Amino acid sequence: MTEEIIIAGFGGQGVLSMGKILAYSGIMQDEEVSWMPSYGPEMRGGTANVTVILSDEKISSPYLKVFDTAIILNQQSMDKFEESVKPGGVLVYDPNGITHHPTRTDIEIFQIEGNKLAVKMGNKQIFNMVVMGAFLKIKPIVKLENVLAGLKKSLPERYHHLIPLNKEALKIGMDNVTPFKVANQVAHN
Amino acid sequence: MSELKLMKGNEALAEAAIRAGVDAYFGYPITPQTELIEYLMNEQTEKRTGMVCLQAESEIAAINMVYGAASTGKKVFTSSSSPGISLKQEGISYLAGAELPAVIVNVVRGGPGLGTIQPSQADYFQSVKGGGHGDYKLYVLAPSSVQEMSDFVEDAFDIAFKYRAPVLILSDGLIGQMMEKVKLKPQKKRRTDEEVIKECGSWATTGKTKNRERNIITSLDLQSEKMEARVHRLMKKYEQMEKEDLRFEKIQCDDAEYLIVAYGSSARISQKAVEMARAKGIKVGLLRPITLFPFPKKQLFKLADQVKGMLSVELNAGQMVEDVRLSVEFKVPVEHFGRTGGIIHTPEEILEALEQKIINNGTIRHHKTRESSIL
Repeated sequence: MTEEIIIAGFGGQGVLSMGKILAYSGIMQDEEVSWMPSYGPEMRGGTANVTVILSDEKISSPYLKVFDTAIILNQQSMDKFEESVKPGGVLVYDPNGITHHPTRTDIEIFQIEGNKLAVKMGNKQIFNMVVMGAFLKIKPIVKLENVLAGLKKSLPERYHHLIPLNKEALKIGMDNVTPFKVANQVAHN
Repeated sequence: MSELKLMKGNEALAEAAIRAGVDAYFGYPITPQTELIEYLMNEQTEKRTGMVCLQAESEIAAINMVYGAASTGKKVFTSSSSPGISLKQEGISYLAGAELPAVIVNVVRGGPGLGTIQPSQADYFQSVKGGGHGDYKLYVLAPSSVQEMSDFVEDAFDIAFKYRAPVLILSDGLIGQMMEKVKLKPQKKRRTDEEVIKECGSWATTGKTKNRERNIITSLDLQSEKMEARVHRLMKKYEQMEKEDLRFEKIQCDDAEYLIVAYGSSARISQKAVEMARAKGIKVGLLRPITLFPFPKKQLFKLADQVKGMLSVELNAGQMVEDVRLSVEFKVPVEHFGRTGGIIHTPEEILEALEQKIINNGTIRHHKTRESSIL
C-alpha cells in the first residue's frame, strides 16, 4: 500500500501539523513515511501545503505532481490542486470559504464542515483533526489507536491532556463527512 | 539500541552531531538551514555532552572559529546555506591548506547572489571544483534522505580525521526541510583531552608537551619547494580518497538501456521517474553518486558500454553533467535536465526529458547543435 497525499490550505490552519500527525501515525504502524512541506514566502501568511506519503515500501520521491488524495482547505488550494488528483482518487474539502466547488467527475469528492464543527466543539484549533477524521473515514490507512499513539509521541507532555479532545474531533470528522455530487451543468463547463 | 524518530533533515543532522560526540559547532543562521543551529541551541548541548554551540557574528567568523578549534584536534563543524558558504570559502581553503579535519554542511538554496530560499543543487561546481583558492579538493558527501543526513555526520568526521582534511556534506533545502523516519545511533562519549592528545598529538596544538617539537598549524610556506611538497601531499590524499573512499549507489542498472545520473534530492525524485519508466517498459537505471568527490568516473565509463545514453538530472542549469561527460569520454550522448530558481522537477518532467533528450533523440542528435538544456 502506498498513499500519496497533498494537504493544502492557509498558513495557520494546521496543515503542516495534520501532515505531521499522519506521518507519525504511519510510523506507529511501522510504515515508511515522508513529509515534504512547501516553505518560504508561502508560509508567511499565504497558502501552505505539505506532501505526505505513507507506504509499506521504501519511498522514492518525496515530491510529487499527482496524488491519491488531496485535502483542500481554501479556494487557492482548490484552484491549484484539484487537477493534481489521480483519476479515481479522492478529494476532501471544507466548503467554508469555497466559492468555486470542484467539478471533476473522474474522482471521488467529499465535503467536511471542519470549521463549523470545530467552532461547535468550542475549539477552532481542533479544526484540522476534524478534517483528518473525515479523511480517515474515507481512507482508513492508519488506525485510530495509532493516531492517538502518534499524538502522544509528537506532542510535548504538557499538551497530553488535549489528546481526548483530539480523539473526539477525529470521531466527529468521521461521522460528518458527506459525498459531494458534481452537478451536471457545472461538470460540463 | 537505536531510536526511531520523525525528524527534519536539518534536525537529524544536528542530533547526530551531538550523538557522535562532536566537540563544537560554530554557525550563523540562514534559511533553509536554520533548524540545525536552532535544534542545537534548544538541546543545550553544553549541558548534554559539553559540546560548545556558538552563534558567531558572521559566517566568516564561524569558519575561522572552526579553524582555531580544529587546530587543537577537536571534532568541530559549521553549517550554512549557499550565500553563507560562499563567505566561508577563504576559511575552507585555509583548512585544506593547513590540513585540518573539519566538517562543513551546506543546505543549498537557489542562487546566484541571495537567490531564493527554496531547494537547489547549484553549488555543485563550488563544492567539487574548489570554491576557495588554490590546489585543493573537498571530500563531498551528498545525502539523499533524512537517515543519511544523520548517518553521514559520523562518516564525515571519520574521513576528516583519516585524511586530516575538510569534508563537506552537501545537502539542499528539500532534504533539510523534509521529515522522514530516522534511526538514531546511541550517544557516543566526547573524547577526553588525553584521547585527543593520543590521537592527534603528532600535529595538533594540544598544549606544551615534553619531548616533542612544537606543532605549528599554518598553510603558509614561502619556500617554493616546501609548498610544492605540501601540494603533492594533498594530491596524494585525494588519490587515496578516490581509491578507498568512493561511494555510489546503483539502482536497477543491471539491465538498463538508459541511465539517469543524479545525487541528493534529485536522485530521490529520479528514482520515481525510473519506476514510472519501468512501468512503461523502458529499461532505465539510476546511478547515484554518494560522494561527489571522489566521483564514480570508472563506473560511468563502464556503464557507457551498456547504455544508449545518459541524463544528468540536477536542480541547476547543468553542472555535474560536465563530469558525467568527462567520465564517459563521449562514448554515449549525455544530456542535462534540471529546474532552477527553487522550482523542483517532478518525476513526470524527468521522464519526459529522458524521452525527449535521450530516447527519441538518438538518431537526429548529431545533426543538431546542442540546445539549451534548461526547461
